[in-house]
Amino acid sequence: MATIQPNIGVEYAENATIVSFTDEKILEEKDINSLQESIMSVIEQTEQINLILDFSNVKFLSSAVLGLLIRISKRIYEHNGRLRLCNIDPKIYEIFKITRLTKTFDIYKNIESATKDLSQAD
Amino acid sequence: MRFLKSVLLKKSRYKPIMTSKMPASYSIVVESKPSAIVSVFEQIRSKLIDNNFGKDDIFAIHLTLEEAFLNAVKHGNKMDPSKKITVEYSVDADKVEISITDQGPGFKPDAVEDPRFGENLFKPGGRGLLLMNSYMDMVKYNPEGNSVSMIRYKEKPYLTKNKDQQG
Repeated sequence: MATIQPNIGVEYAENATIVSFTDEKILEEKDINSLQESIMSVIEQTEQINLILDFSNVKFLSSAVLGLLIRISKRIYEHNGRLRLCNIDPKIYEIFKITRLTKTFDIYKNIESATKDLSQAD
Repeated sequence: MRFLKSVLLKKSRYKPIMTSKMPASYSIVVESKPSAIVSVFEQIRSKLIDNNFGKDDIFAIHLTLEEAFLNAVKHGNKMDPSKKITVEYSVDADKVEISITDQGPGFKPDAVEDPRFGENLFKPGGRGLLLMNSYMDMVKYNPEGNSVSMIRYKEKPYLTKNKDQQG
């Protein structure tokens, strides 16, 4: 089952909720705020959510999006859930490396490997 | 802009023959709102493409502009819509120079904490300056701290042939 909300696509797999960013560029504050609202509401809907954020469409983002990811991860951990990021473009992965956020976030190559990791963690 | 001028003068001193081909510098004054950077970046991007800058350069300059401009709007001009931001830039075959000046009181860049360590790693903000410093070859502030000047040199082409020979 797939539902489309502004700027994200949501898919429910067996042991995880997969949220895909639909925009190629994530920059504007109002977009980031609306993403935050949409994703937080997905987190609230599931108890102890296993959330996979799929970046395959994203080609550009700024540090404001990193702030959004940190707020999302805090909310998930408050709910005893798990967060995995995947399909990150090499240029964007570089931003994660520079800011050392590769140490904070669990980043996987694709949805498959992220899902596999979550099922092993269960 | 003092720094830009000194670089241009230096260049003309060493390469007097190039003086007539020296790149034009552009100065744009825009409204102090986040979306105002879009058209400024488009102008700079077309000059980068004209000068054969690659995708990595364009990505780096785009990111830096977003970060520096948002800092000017938010922290410099404090979201005051009556204030302005001045963007000056020049692009030539080797490098791009950009300066961004706001009408705020300025800040002390050295006082900004490193976002990569300790508690700061888990804070939502504070990564803009780190990204600017990482993606540009030079980042310098005026003494007041309300104007940042940056240079990025063009990425040299990747020499696949040499690597194969070595490897």
